[in-house]
This record gives sequence, C-alpha cells and structure tokens, in this order.
Amino acid sequence: MSIRQLSVFLENRPGKLFELTALLAEHGIDMRALSIAETTDFGIARLIVDDADKAAQVLKEARCIARFSDVLAFAVPDEPGGLHRLLSEFNAAQVNIEYMYAFLQGKEGRAYMIFRVTDTAASEKALLARGLKPLTLKEIESA
Amino acid sequence: MERYYQPEIECASREQIERWQSQRLIAQVRRVWENVPYYRKKMEEKGVTPEDIQGVRDLPKLPFLSKADLRDAYPYGLMGKPLKDCVRIHSTSGTTGKRVVAFYTQHDIDLWEDCCARALTAAGATDEDVVQVSYGYGLFTGGAGLDGGSHKVGCLTVPMSSGNTDRQIMFIRDLDATILCATPSYAAYLGERMQELGLGPEDIPLKAGIFGAEAWSEEMRRGIERTLGIKAYDIYGLTELSGPGVSFECSAQAGMHINEDHFIPEIIDPDTGEVLPEGAQGELVITAVDKEAFPMIRYRTKDICSLTYEKCPCGRTHVRMTKPKGRSDDMLIIRGVNVFPSQIETVLLNHGYAANYQILVDRVNNTDTFEILVEMTPEMFTDSIGEIQQLQKTLSLGLNSMLGIRPKVTLVAPKTIARSEGKAVRVIDKRKI
Ligand SMILES: [Zn+2]
Repeated sequence: MSIRQLSVFLENRPGKLFELTALLAEHGIDMRALSIAETTDFGIARLIVDDADKAAQVLKEARCIARFSDVLAFAVPDEPGGLHRLLSEFNAAQVNIEYMYAFLQGKEGRAYMIFRVTDTAASEKALLARGLKPLTLKEIESA
Repeated sequence: MERYYQPEIECASREQIERWQSQRLIAQVRRVWENVPYYRKKMEEKGVTPEDIQGVRDLPKLPFLSKADLRDAYPYGLMGKPLKDCVRIHSTSGTTGKRVVAFYTQHDIDLWEDCCARALTAAGATDEDVVQVSYGYGLFTGGAGLDGGSHKVGCLTVPMSSGNTDRQIMFIRDLDATILCATPSYAAYLGERMQELGLGPEDIPLKAGIFGAEAWSEEMRRGIERTLGIKAYDIYGLTELSGPGVSFECSAQAGMHINEDHFIPEIIDPDTGEVLPEGAQGELVITAVDKEAFPMIRYRTKDICSLTYEKCPCGRTHVRMTKPKGRSDDMLIIRGVNVFPSQIETVLLNHGYAANYQILVDRVNNTDTFEILVEMTPEMFTDSIGEIQQLQKTLSLGLNSMLGIRPKVTLVAPKTIARSEGKAVRVIDKRKI
C-alpha cells in the first residue's frame, strides 16, 4: 500500500517553511515526516501528515499550491548494512527511485524510509514479489 | 443594431469633422496664445503665431508638448483658465516625479463624460442597464469618467470603486449588473475569484465590460470574455487629456474610435517628430481642441500605435487607432531591446499562466539583469524539481522568442506578487542610470 504524500510549492525565501508549518500546526495537523528539496529560487516541501485530506483543504484555503503523490514507506532494519540491503532489493526489482528521505517514528525512534519511485503501482508489485511489503501510515503509527 | 450616444457627431461626414476640428483648433490656439505663457513661449521659439494656424492642415507647424513640459510647468503653468473657473482636478498614479495634475472646468467635465457615454453606448449600454464602476474613484480618472458617462446614458450606476472582490461579485449578482468598468487586471482577478467560488459566467448577469488604463493583450481579452461571459471593450485615455474616453472600441472590436470632435490625432516618428502617413506605426500625438482648463496642444502621449480612416462596419466615421503596443512609459529598454509588458502578458497566457507577473530589472557589473516573477498554478505544479525547472526554462525560451531577449523566469507562489485591485505594479526597475 502506498502512502499519500503532500508536496507543497515553496518560494526559497526566509520564513516560507515556517509559515507552512505554522499553518498546519494551527489547524491541529500532525506532521509525521518532512523533507525539503530546493533550488536557489524555489523548493518543494514533502509532507506525510496524519490527516492528508484536511491538510490539503487547509492549504487550498490559504492559496498554497500543493498536490498529492504516492510514496512507498519501509522500515529500515536496525542493523549494520540495513539500508543497503533494502536498496539492493529495489535494485534487484528494477525499481527506479526518484528521491527518498528518512524519518524516525515511535518511542524507540525507529527509522523509516520514504521512497518516491517511477510508476508506483508497478514498482510496488515488483517489490511485493520479492517479499517486500510497503507499510501503511497506520502500521507506522502503531509500531 | 449599433447604438450611438451622439449619432450626429459620431457618424458625421469627414468634411464636417474636419470643419469642426479646424474651427476649434483656430480658437484653441488663440486662447492658449493669450492665456498660457508657457506654450506661447514655445510658439514664439518656433516662430509661429496664431495667424499661421488656419485649419487642421497647419497643425504640424505647432510645437509639441511632452511629459517633461508637464513636469516643468507643474502645477499651474499650463492652465488655460483661472482657478476660479475650475471645478475639479485629477491626477495620475504615476511614480514619484512623474505625477500629472490636470484641471477641469465644468465644460471639460461635460465633454469628457460625453466621450465616456459614447463608449458605454458602443458597448451596448442603454438606460435599462446597471453599470458597475469598479475603477478606483478619487484622483484616478477611471472611476469618475465612467461614472459620469454612465449617468449621461441614464444607466443605474453602482459606484463600487476597486477592492473587496467578494462584495463586488455579490453586487453584480444581487443588483443584476450588466456592464462592468474596471482595469483589465482587475477584471481578470474578478474572474479568477469567481472560479474559486465555483461561479461560472452563467451565474452572473454581466453582458459587457469596458476595460482600460493598462496595457492588455488580445489573449487577456479572450480570457476575460470567457470567464465572465461578456464582450470586453477597450477604452483609451490619459489624465492629461481628460481620462478614459479619448478613444473607445465599438462592436467591431477592430481599433478604437478617437473622439475627433474633441481630440485631433497625429502619428509621428518618435525620434524625428516628423508626421507619418496613415497606417504607419509611431507615437500618438493628440491635440485637445476644446478642453479649457488644461488645453493640451500636440501632446506626445508616448503611446505607440497606428491610425486608420477606413470605413468601420459600426457606422462611426471617426478615425480608429490600434491598441497601443505599450506606453513608452511602460516600455523598458533592457540590454538595448524594447520590452513591452503587454508582450510578456501574451506569452504568459499562451503558456497557461495567469497574467499576474512582475518584472525586475537591475544593473550588475554594467549589464542589465532581467527577471520575471510568474505565479505557479496548481495545474502546473508537480512534485519534481526537474520538471519545475523545465517549466521555467520553457517559459524563458517562449519569452525570448517574443522579446528577443531572454529573461530569467522565477515561478513564485500565488499571492506573492502584490495584486493591486487598481493598477498592478508590473515593473521594478532598480537600475540607476
Ligand atoms: Zn466602429
């Protein structure tokens, strides 16, 4: 199962990210993960939140430009070479990774990786065939 | 059926129009000679006296007036009547140092309002119509001019002024406004706001709009016509020459008829001042033949356009001017290339962006930098940095092919570019030349 990620267009100017996080906090939206990709003039904030639909609505009302994209989440095995083995599986399944980012979740601070891949549905199938099942947001939250 | 506000004037024979022009010009030159020392001095310097002016054909003998003269003579140096005979002033929203203050007698107001009434009637207005005037009221001429014209036609006039867009839309719907007068950028904004509210053209009673005071493109006209479900008419004018209504579009939408009984146009080569033949593109020069308080003779508008005396299907006989390619006030010279904001607008609309943009020009190490801020749209936004950079590149190349110079394009979030509800601030020129 893929997870819905919200991507938000940001100008690369001081205070812009702060405005975004303030807006979400004000509406009681909890951020699970956040990653920023940027160039000198603009950036894209990528968010995993507890209530994606509500977040999208709040952003729209604030006239922010945002869109959903599907991403795959995996736990990173807490052992030496854990991430490398995960990536090896992607490689073996011929899944093309466009970008990825990590976040920690839970009391023990377990590490998770978010992957944006080319052709999410086909990639997911290829990974499943190798016994790799992407996590749902619920599974991550209850871990 | 085409309607006219003053058919006997608007459809008069060319001979008649020229007779009016000659009579009024002769009288105007004499009045100015006697009452405006500033212009008299210019005439003397050129060796012209009122006796040399026997009709329209003698117009080229007279000296030009320019924006620089307006500055030199500010505020009272060009007045043709004592202040006690004046009843109003208007002023341009121009940047510091360029402000123009124009004076009006009651006669001047009347003739100006007649011109606006002709424009409204050409756009289909009758005393059955409700005209919402969303131009700014106050020193700006837009609100007062169309308001006065609307009264003359007998329309129910809604003096909204600009701002508070949701209330504007509510009034249009609640009061069944049929004609909207505004700046084109504000009309476009109104349309966008309607879409955001989920309202389509069928949800509002508007049938026509009169839009001017800013450069706007054909593409922008089509966009406004589509989102508001109206026919959009252009209107032209300058505060120095009364305000909107110097010329206006008829149903043919093929150029703007200049109100020639009040304004005599010439097209000149902006470099040499030489008068150019019909059809040639050049700078528009206007002589206001019966304005009293602020009598402009051979006033250089800095607007680049051409004239045609060809018969118009609407039946009006007054000459038509093309939409100015841009005011040379708006025109920027960047790395030696003439850039008109209206050209930029065309490219943006063709590429699917809103016509809300800002041009930033600066000079770094003796070279002009040229950047255009453009609003990202929800439709174009993608999650990929590379794709957004590609969008910027594509737009930059599109602008390059229109302008002959390549700007840096920066996509910005909506709301970033101050969307003034009157005139938009399109250009920030930081060059210190
Ligand atoms: Zn016509």
